[in-house]
Amino acid sequence: MSQIPHFISTEPFDAEATVAVGSSVSERYAQASQARLIWWRFLRHRLAVVSLGFLVVSYVAILFVEFLSPYELSSRHTDFIFAPPQSVHLFHDGAFVGPFVYPLDYALDMETLKRTYAEDRSQPMPIRFFCEGETYRFWGLFEADTHFACPPQGGTLFLLGTDRLGRDMLSRIVYGARISLTIGLVGVTLSFILGITIGGLAGYFGGWVDATVQRVTEILRSIPELPLWLALSAALPLTWSPLLIYFGITLILALLDWPGLARAVRSKLFALREEDFVVAAEMLGASPRRIIFRHLLPNFMSHLIASASLSIPTMILAETALSFLGLGLRPPITSWGVLLSEAQNIEAVALYPWLLLPMLPVVLTVLAFSFVGDGLRDAVDPYQH
Amino acid sequence: MIRYVTNRLMTMVLTLVAISVLVFAIIQLPPGDYLTSYIAEIQSQGEQVTADKIQFLREEYGLDKPLWQQYLVWATGLVRGDLGYSFEYNQPVADVVGERMPLTLLLNAATVVFIYLVSFPIGIYSATHQYSWGDHGLSFLGFLGLATPNFLLALILLYFANVWFGTSIGGLMAPEFIDAPWTLAKIGSVFAHLWVPVLVIGTAGTAGMIRRLRANLLDELHRQYVTTARAKGLSERRILFKYPLRMAMNPFIADLGSILPQIVSGSVIISAVMSLPTTGPMLLSSLRSQDMYLAGSFLMFLALLTVVGMFVSDLLLAVLDPRIRLGVKSAR
Repeated sequence: MSQIPHFISTEPFDAEATVAVGSSVSERYAQASQARLIWWRFLRHRLAVVSLGFLVVSYVAILFVEFLSPYELSSRHTDFIFAPPQSVHLFHDGAFVGPFVYPLDYALDMETLKRTYAEDRSQPMPIRFFCEGETYRFWGLFEADTHFACPPQGGTLFLLGTDRLGRDMLSRIVYGARISLTIGLVGVTLSFILGITIGGLAGYFGGWVDATVQRVTEILRSIPELPLWLALSAALPLTWSPLLIYFGITLILALLDWPGLARAVRSKLFALREEDFVVAAEMLGASPRRIIFRHLLPNFMSHLIASASLSIPTMILAETALSFLGLGLRPPITSWGVLLSEAQNIEAVALYPWLLLPMLPVVLTVLAFSFVGDGLRDAVDPYQH
Repeated sequence: MIRYVTNRLMTMVLTLVAISVLVFAIIQLPPGDYLTSYIAEIQSQGEQVTADKIQFLREEYGLDKPLWQQYLVWATGLVRGDLGYSFEYNQPVADVVGERMPLTLLLNAATVVFIYLVSFPIGIYSATHQYSWGDHGLSFLGFLGLATPNFLLALILLYFANVWFGTSIGGLMAPEFIDAPWTLAKIGSVFAHLWVPVLVIGTAGTAGMIRRLRANLLDELHRQYVTTARAKGLSERRILFKYPLRMAMNPFIADLGSILPQIVSGSVIISAVMSLPTTGPMLLSSLRSQDMYLAGSFLMFLALLTVVGMFVSDLLLAVLDPRIRLGVKSAR
């Protein structure tokens, strides 16, 4: 058996040094605010961080929709109806050209009456960047014609194909993001306000107010949501302007979403009301208003935000479902659900499968929100680990 | 036990009454009534409608009475099994609906059974084989199931069935059985078609159920009484089935209350996508054309399904769990 040499540090022992190292770390931790602690815990959830990045990029992108999309929302190309997605190439005849597409040749199959498109491999058409394309009104405020990418001179750029009116799917999906992504945020904000107010009233006053709220939330939770959503959105008058319909739909989504939040607020209030620090504040003569907003609300705000972020995907899906069924948003407002409603005819989808593509951003966004919500929920729980 | 059941029954009836008021209010919401659009339609065809005729129609359908009377007529009719009159089809709602309601019931019940049958063994397997390859694989599948919205899943399935097999997997029975009297062959055909929508509607519910059963069972398996039982020398199988499983069953049954609204919602949109002969597609068309009694009956029927289902799950829970049956608050 070989003897392991006994290790002896020759450096002089400095008791202060070890304390200093330990304390600088723990002090940073001890002095961090609650928000910072939550942020640190959130960062540990890799998938949630990636998802958050994806969402931030998406939400920044919807600010510049007109600039990012190659075509306008409703510009039609009657020569290119149901054109398949054009693929981007880099090399032509073995030589590097840069990103380019081949022009499409259209032919009608006289036997099946199916439109067929073939790539004309003879001439590459380079895609232009930061170029002048179709004019648009940026945010409806001023006219501009600069796009991130434009179709080649005299050519077309349908990266995700076109629909039955020859409108570019990619542009429509990008424009649709503006509606689909915001509807969840607006809806959750509304339901947040409703939930906090109603749940707060129930939790603070107790008694018959609480009993009523409890019954109402129980009833609302026992009705299947989708049929009720359908019925409510069918009640929106046809004469309303698209913008009013948009807000009507968000309100409808919020109307069925608040019970969950209200319940959470109520139970938290009930639990916290008995805590020592509330009694102490009362003893010091704090007003109920100050107790609620200064002492109670910050205690469960983070929980509420976490649970609200989990209901954003539900709302996005609900809007998609409603619009898909034709009872939600209506053209000219374009959301992903409105785009998907074109895919209801399964025979058309079998011939032109790219009609199903708006599904992709829906699933990605919903997944991202679920991950972020999960991460947040874990991060705000101080008793974990 | 009897007191518990009567209490629960009272709550159920009150809930249904409240829902009926809500449903009635909603179907009254659209501006104008069916007559207004009916008259507009007649006029657009170039025919004249006299004021007398309008008045006659209004009285005939009870649309001239105050709202609360209309509600009472409608609600008492519902209780007697009279579902009102469909303006669009010019028939009593009960005749229009036909087989749709029983088929909806069948579809939803089959989905519930599917969810329990699938999630029960998988949940137990995942919990007893925690962190094994099987557990990870099943968890991943469940996660996908939770994340994919069911109507998109239905679209994808329809698409691939069309591309690969060239057939439509929509519908609930072979075309020759539609409107045919019920025979054994028809029942067989229904069951042969039923599994696709059941699978689509049930995926999310199954995934959620597996996750919860696994978590609950894991909690129980780490309790000390399990260690005691193991120390006594009981077989693993007996340990599992004697106590922890029974404890974990409790939330398993109680969850029916939360998945039922989800299933019913799912069945509405799936039947619209896959054009099933259930209440879904007709609810949609009746909402679009403001055929209020038809829409109202469907909404009430779907709510009834959910509320009664929850009642049943509560009863099951009471049978299973003496703490609830005897009205003892569970001590945590």
